Amino acid sequence: MGRQVIDPARQARLLTALYIAQEQKGYLTPEALERVARRLGLPLASVYGTTSFYTLFHTRPVGRYLLQVCRGLSCYLADGAERLVDYLQRKLGIQVGETTADGLFTLETVQCLASCGTAPAMRVNDELYENLTTAKVDLLIDELIERAEQWTALNRS
Amino acid sequence: MDSFEPVLTRNVGIPNSERIAVYLERGGYTALRQALHMPPQELIALVRASGLRGRGGAGFPAGVKWGFMPREPVTKYVCVNTDEGEPGTFKDRLLVEHDPHSIIEGTIIAAYAVGAHRAFVYIRGEFFLGVKRWIKAIDEAYAHGFLGKNILGSGFDLDLSVHRGAGAYICGEETALLNSLEGRRGEPRLKPPYPTQTGFWNQPTLVHNVETLANVPHIVNRGAAWYRTMGTEQSPGPKLFCVSGHVRRPGNYELPLGTPLRTILDQYAGGMRGDRPLKAVIPGGASTPMLMPDQIDIPMDFESLAAAGTMLGTGAIMVIEEGTCMVEVARRLIDFFAHESCGQCTPCRIGSLRLLETLTRIVRGQGQPGDLDRLEALCQGIAGHTLCPMGDAVVNPVLSSLRHFRHEYQDHIRYRQCKERGYG
Repeated sequence: MGRQVIDPARQARLLTALYIAQEQKGYLTPEALERVARRLGLPLASVYGTTSFYTLFHTRPVGRYLLQVCRGLSCYLADGAERLVDYLQRKLGIQVGETTADGLFTLETVQCLASCGTAPAMRVNDELYENLTTAKVDLLIDELIERAEQWTALNRS
Repeated sequence: MDSFEPVLTRNVGIPNSERIAVYLERGGYTALRQALHMPPQELIALVRASGLRGRGGAGFPAGVKWGFMPREPVTKYVCVNTDEGEPGTFKDRLLVEHDPHSIIEGTIIAAYAVGAHRAFVYIRGEFFLGVKRWIKAIDEAYAHGFLGKNILGSGFDLDLSVHRGAGAYICGEETALLNSLEGRRGEPRLKPPYPTQTGFWNQPTLVHNVETLANVPHIVNRGAAWYRTMGTEQSPGPKLFCVSGHVRRPGNYELPLGTPLRTILDQYAGGMRGDRPLKAVIPGGASTPMLMPDQIDIPMDFESLAAAGTMLGTGAIMVIEEGTCMVEVARRLIDFFAHESCGQCTPCRIGSLRLLETLTRIVRGQGQPGDLDRLEALCQGIAGHTLCPMGDAVVNPVLSSLRHFRHEYQDHIRYRQCKERGYG
C-alpha cells in the first residue's frame, strides 16, 4: 500500500468523529478507531495518536456515570478536592481510576474545571456540579442510581 | 470605584441574557451595523487607539495583532479561543454561558476588519453548557442575518462554527489550538511564524481570547477615548477578575484594570473567609509568581505586576490563608503542569515529572537534604528550553514558593512533616 494522501478537511473532522464514535459504547473500541480512520482516510496510527493525546477520549470501558472530581488548587483550597475523593471512594467502594462492579460509576480526578469560584466541583458525564458537600454528593449518587434503575425497567417493559 | 458601571458583564444576571432577543433589546449588534459602514483600516486603527490588550494572559495589543494580518485578499481565518483552562480562571465560561452574542458580535467585527470569511470557535470539551450556548447563539445570529452571506446587506460574508476540544490545557496556546482544530495532537508549533502569518491550514489566522473579543463591540459603540477612561495608560479598559480560594465571596468581579488588589479582595471578595490572616496571593493564574501580604496594594494591571516580578495573566486571583502548606500548594500546581505537558519538549515533559516527584516526596516527609538544590537545578533546566511558554510557567510555582517560603520546605525535610497544618 502506498503512502496515504491526507485530506486536511477530513482530518479536521477527527475530534468530532471520535466524540460521535465514543457515544456508542461510552469508550472508543479498537474497531471504532479503525472505522474512524477508514471513514476519514487517515492512518490508524495518527487516529490513535490523536485519541491518546486528549483526556476526554477513553480507550477503555468506563462506567455509565463518569465522576470527575476537580483536583485543582482552588478546589483544594476550598477543602474540597481531597475530602470529596475520599468520601466517594468510601461510598462507592472503589479507588480513583476504578469502576464499580455493577458498571454504574467510574471515579476519576481531573485538572481545573473552571469552577474555582464555586469550588469544589465535579463533572458527571457532561453535567457540572458545583459548591459540593458530602450531603449533596449523597443526593446526587442516589438520584443517578434511581435514574439508571428506571431506565433499565423501561427498557425491560 | 463604586461608580464603575460594568461593561463586559452588563448583561450577566438579566433573565435569558444568552438569547438574541434580550441581547438586541439591550442594544446588541448596533456596533456591527456601525462597523460594517467603516473601512476595515479605520476599524483596526480604532482598536489600536483604544489600547485593548489580549485578555488570554499575554496582553498583546489587539489592534497591533489585527494589523499583522496581511491586507491581500488571501484566505484568512479568525479563531475564538474558548479553551479556558488555567487553574483559577473562570471568566470566559461566564461570558460564553451568559452573553455569547457579545463575543459573536466582536468576532464578526474582527473578521470584517481583517478580511476573514471563515471563523471558528474552539471550546474546551468540558464546557458542555458552553458548547450548547455557543451553538444556539450562532444559530440565532444566522437567523437574524448577522452571519452568513451578505451580512446586513454589506456584501461581507462570514461563517462561524463551533469545534469542541477534548481535554488538553495546552490547546489554549494558540498554535496548539490550531493543530487541534486541524484534527491533530494539540502540540504547540515553533514561533515565528506567528498565526497571523501562518495559522490554520497555513493561512493567516487571528486568534483571540473570548474576553478580548467581548470588548470590541463596546469600543466600536463608544469610541477609543471612552475606553481609555477605564484602566491605566498602558492597560486600559475593564477586566474580569476571578477570585477564588480563602475569601468570603469568591467569584468574578469586573473592574477597571489598575484596580488595587486590596480593593478587589476586601471590597468585592469580602475579605478573608475566617480568622486566619492572608499568607499569599497568586495574582494571575497557576503560572504567575506569588505576591506577599505586604504587596497587595499593587494596582492590577500588566505593568505593575510585571514590575513586581509577576504577571497579570488571566486575572485569576487565588487567595491563600495562613495555615496552608505552601509546599503542597506548589505540588498541586506542578501536578497540573506535569499532567498537562504536551510531551513534545523533553525539559517540560520530564522536568515537570521530576519536580512533581521531588515535591511529593517532600510533602510526604521523605525529603532529602539536597532536594531544594535539585528543585532549583531542575527549574534552570526547564525554563527557556521549550517551544512554548509552558516551560517558563511550570517553574514559577516552585521558584516563587521557594523564594518566599524556603523555611517551610526546610522544615518539611528536617522534621519529616508539615508544621503549617497545626496552625490555629
